[in-house]
Amino acid sequence: MDNIAGQKSSLSIVTNIAVFVIVLAWLIPTVGLFVSSFRDRDQISASGWWVAPFSVELTYRTRADATPTRDGDAYVIEGNIFESAEVREVFSSGAATIAGFGLSAREPDGIAPGTETVDRDGGTLTVFEDGSYIYRTLEDPGASGPRVYFSAMTPPEFTLDNYRTVLTADNMDRAFINTLTVTIPATVIPILIAAFAAYALAWMEFPGRGLLIATVVGLLVVPLQLALVPLLNLHNQIGIGQSFVGIWLAHTGFGLPLAIYLLRNYMVGLPRDIIESAKVDGATDFQIFTKIILPLSFPALASFAIFQFLWTWNDLLVAKVFLPSTGDSQVMTVKIADDLLGSRGGDWGILATAAFVSIAVPLVVFFSMQRFLVRGLLAGSVK
Amino acid sequence: MSPIIQGLITIVIGVGGCVGYFYLANLVLDKVIFPARGANIGRNINRANQIRPWLFLFPAMFALGLYLMYPVIGSFVRSLYDRAGTDFVGLGNYARLAQNPDFRQAFLNNILWALVVPAATTFMGLLIAQLTDRLRWGAFAKSLIFMPMAISFVGASLIWKFVYAQDPDIGIINAIRAAFGATEGLDPLQIPFWNNFLLMAILIWIQTGFSMVILSAALRGIPEETIEAAIIDGANPFQVFFKIKVPQIMGTIVVVWTTVTILVLKVFDIVYTMTGGNYGTEILPSFMMDFMFRDDGQATAVAFVIMLVVLPVMIWNIAQARKEMR
Repeated sequence: MDNIAGQKSSLSIVTNIAVFVIVLAWLIPTVGLFVSSFRDRDQISASGWWVAPFSVELTYRTRADATPTRDGDAYVIEGNIFESAEVREVFSSGAATIAGFGLSAREPDGIAPGTETVDRDGGTLTVFEDGSYIYRTLEDPGASGPRVYFSAMTPPEFTLDNYRTVLTADNMDRAFINTLTVTIPATVIPILIAAFAAYALAWMEFPGRGLLIATVVGLLVVPLQLALVPLLNLHNQIGIGQSFVGIWLAHTGFGLPLAIYLLRNYMVGLPRDIIESAKVDGATDFQIFTKIILPLSFPALASFAIFQFLWTWNDLLVAKVFLPSTGDSQVMTVKIADDLLGSRGGDWGILATAAFVSIAVPLVVFFSMQRFLVRGLLAGSVK
Repeated sequence: MSPIIQGLITIVIGVGGCVGYFYLANLVLDKVIFPARGANIGRNINRANQIRPWLFLFPAMFALGLYLMYPVIGSFVRSLYDRAGTDFVGLGNYARLAQNPDFRQAFLNNILWALVVPAATTFMGLLIAQLTDRLRWGAFAKSLIFMPMAISFVGASLIWKFVYAQDPDIGIINAIRAAFGATEGLDPLQIPFWNNFLLMAILIWIQTGFSMVILSAALRGIPEETIEAAIIDGANPFQVFFKIKVPQIMGTIVVVWTTVTILVLKVFDIVYTMTGGNYGTEILPSFMMDFMFRDDGQATAVAFVIMLVVLPVMIWNIAQARKEMR
């Protein structure tokens, strides 16, 4: 309707700006996480992720370890602090400038570059802005040289170290596999059961059908919390206990109302003619279901599969209750919420990376299958 | 046995079992119990067709009954017994809850969640749906706003931990405060009362995409003649929106509202991850988890309170579904 007279173009500029601002606000938190997951731990705590592409002022600890030379009675060490063994790697990419230096960890950058300072042994140290230093002492400095602290603008550093740590050291790889193990059977099995039930509710005539549909709609709303205690007790009594089998069954049960509801809504809308002419031609219900209904319902099946996949992958509650809490069978959400947030509470890089690892797969599924997801949502709530 | 292999075996057994059940049950019904031949062929076929729906429905009904209907009763019965499950205490668990100030706090917070989140989600969803409707890059914008739907509540909580962090070099809120001259970092999650709204913001952030998608489809479904007529009559864009469009999609707005309300009453992950229920942010689902594995009597009592809160929505939903079926 853009061609209707009376549409105001000034409004469209405002609209564009408003949408842009909203999208930005929606994206910023996720972008922050994504950027942080690639940053070095020291850099994360030194500057916000929004200035990640710029240099940060960081404090370093090293030794003035160039080879000493004799100058009369004194020993003289001359060199460049950026080339000392302990920090060489950080500054390998380019020159930096010294913001301040010091001799103790308590005051690592209190002395301005170019100023001379005296250490405990009576030696004098000067560090210049470009990193070059002179240390002069009367005592033999030994092979390692004196301790020097300095702070310098450090070029931004993006690494995959966090990912390496998360995926190898923190048992997150195990949690990833556990999540996958929970998710796939818990997605596949309910679809099959629900498809048959949905067909019966959509296309077969029998007494009590309306009541059953109403029951399914009612069960959509039952809070999961109710199921936790009785079912865990049941699982313990019949010997399943807290195990993968238990969580598969639980997810199947909890996913069924939505599955039946979505699939029935979709199947009811399939053209009656096709089904009736198949019946006239002598097809049994079983044949109609497998040969006609299932292939035609593919979009609805796909959309429920995505829902159930996202839901089981992202679930924390069911996994906490129906899986043992030991490290071996933790899924990623439990791992992050119960383990990493406690033990790695302050290590933002690790947290960001773990979160990103856990949301990467759903995001891929989401963006590649968005079409089906939207269609499923609409089938579920708009008539 | 490695869990992957166990999982694969489960898929094979599960899928094979289901297919086998449906196929064999049909076969037995048609060939053995009521064979479509002999003297009673007509009656047999009819009888088989009367039984078949129940064959198709049985696995689903069994699972629904065991995993959703039995627990409603099971939980209620369990909530009448004490911690060990041996002594009948009547409504004692509920009485203890009513006297527990934490429970009252959780209950009130939950009401707050159930009022604020659906309202904000629906409003934001409607606003964005309307704004992006005519935009050339509207589809792209919508897909970005829809994205948090794919993120787990735990993942989303971590994402927002970065936003709310006290350190101005990590939390963007404190960074902005610092830029305006605030010298002391403040932990937004410890501000009494308002921290609840900061937690709600996370759920609103996740759910807005859902309401946007549905409301956007509803907006598209409005007959264009009504809008054209209003414009010709001289209505300005705001009047078109509030007086022509919104009334026509009222039904969908209500559906979105109730769907989000139901979700809100179940979500415990956000509070659990962000504050653990501290600083006055407890809600019923997270409060229940405090008792889980410790005092099943109280845990089930809390669960049943949640059920009671949800009940009106459930009844409304069923009434709505019945109306549509007629």
